[in-house]
Amino acid sequence: MNPYAAPVAGRLTILGFVVCIVQLAAVSQLDFFGAHADLVPLVVAMTGLLLGSLPGAVLGFACGFFVDCALIQTMGLSSLLYLAVGYGAGRLREVRDPQAAAVPAVVGGAATTVVTVGYALMQFMLGTPIRVTGLLVGQIFVTILVNTLLSLPVYAAVRRWLLPVMPDDPRRRRRRAQTTRLSPLSRA
Amino acid sequence: MYDRKTIRRRRAVLALLVVSSVVLLTASFGGNGGVGSVQRGVFEIVSPIQDVASRSLKPFRDLFGWFGDTWHAKGDNKTLVKTRDQLREQNGSLQAEVRKLKEQYGINRVIATANIGNLGPVEARVVVASPTLLFQKVTINKGAGDGVRSGQPVVTAGGLVGKVDVVVGGSATVTLITDPRFGAGVRLAQSGITGTMTASGGDPEDLIVATTKQNAPVSVGSTVVTRGTSTDVRLPSLFPPDIPIGKVTTVDDAGTDTQRVHVKPFVDVRNLDHVMVLTRDAATVP
Repeated sequence: MNPYAAPVAGRLTILGFVVCIVQLAAVSQLDFFGAHADLVPLVVAMTGLLLGSLPGAVLGFACGFFVDCALIQTMGLSSLLYLAVGYGAGRLREVRDPQAAAVPAVVGGAATTVVTVGYALMQFMLGTPIRVTGLLVGQIFVTILVNTLLSLPVYAAVRRWLLPVMPDDPRRRRRRAQTTRLSPLSRA
Repeated sequence: MYDRKTIRRRRAVLALLVVSSVVLLTASFGGNGGVGSVQRGVFEIVSPIQDVASRSLKPFRDLFGWFGDTWHAKGDNKTLVKTRDQLREQNGSLQAEVRKLKEQYGINRVIATANIGNLGPVEARVVVASPTLLFQKVTINKGAGDGVRSGQPVVTAGGLVGKVDVVVGGSATVTLITDPRFGAGVRLAQSGITGTMTASGGDPEDLIVATTKQNAPVSVGSTVVTRGTSTDVRLPSLFPPDIPIGKVTTVDDAGTDTQRVHVKPFVDVRNLDHVMVLTRDAATVP
């Protein structure tokens, strides 16, 4: 049994619940040039990026379920999209482990694109009578832009919250490895 | 890097979650009662929490809104001055027209019917708004305990906002007039032409009216109001008559059988704070 499983689950439950409530009760009512920021895909993607594909996917599914219930909308739709985002971000970490400072912003932008565009496409496929208007495209674009800008602070906040339960922080590990490998001159 | 057991477990969990999502989607889309009950149950539990969160985060929203309002105030001022001048010009001719209409249609009776004071208005605060243009719903902090029932009309000072959808003890969801699933019987206030209004979907500033008489002449600028129904009709409308909805902006293929009337709603559904639910059926009001 992984000793980190229970604390990780506890922290993820609190994180998911708080972010969904804040998103629905406050952020979705703040207007950014006619669009709204969406913190949920950002938090799910950042969790995947920090903890891996499995916690990312589970948090994504749970957040999607909660959002669909709270808004009384088609069940399963948000779950599927957030799950894809959490899993994708987690796989990126597991396969590539990118270290560049801009990675959270790129991942945040990509996650928002998947969710917003995916949501519209799924609605089309489910037969909802929707027209592709300039306003819709503009809103999707602004949401992606705003979310990309918010990615770095959200990443920092999620990392700070999850740091006590992270089994192995790759950056700390790497830094330690570099400082311990000293040159022969300094060893003398 | 990862052993086979970890990979198998990861794939199994992923498959389970995807299958669960698809099952939920299918059940929800097929109108399965079980899924609806679960949704209502979760909604009933979380809605008080959302209400508290909404109240405590209101100062933050107001502060943000103040910056936005200041930003837009200059542009709005120019537009309002222009609109005021146009309205002054229109006012004279409209007053004469109103007098004529009063005589023709017995407007006094209509005003009495449309007086929402008789329709048991319950004031409610919007606590949750959908973040997407594709699902136009809001949650209000009044529910079954306040006399709110599914299907009741929701209005603001500007006009019709939507209708109540799901109701639990202390809250309810409202389907907005801009939701693609919304529909209502409407009438053009000036000409009396009737029709059915739906949202165009994807644009909260555009509603579509299909006129009952397909090639009826519709003029740009006409006001669109709810049609309501007379009491001798067996299927009465959910909405009382003469609640303003919006103004005609354009007419596609005007005068033909395929004409589509575009209406800009009076209410900005993206910035709702307080609304009123009309809890008394218009047909039962004396």
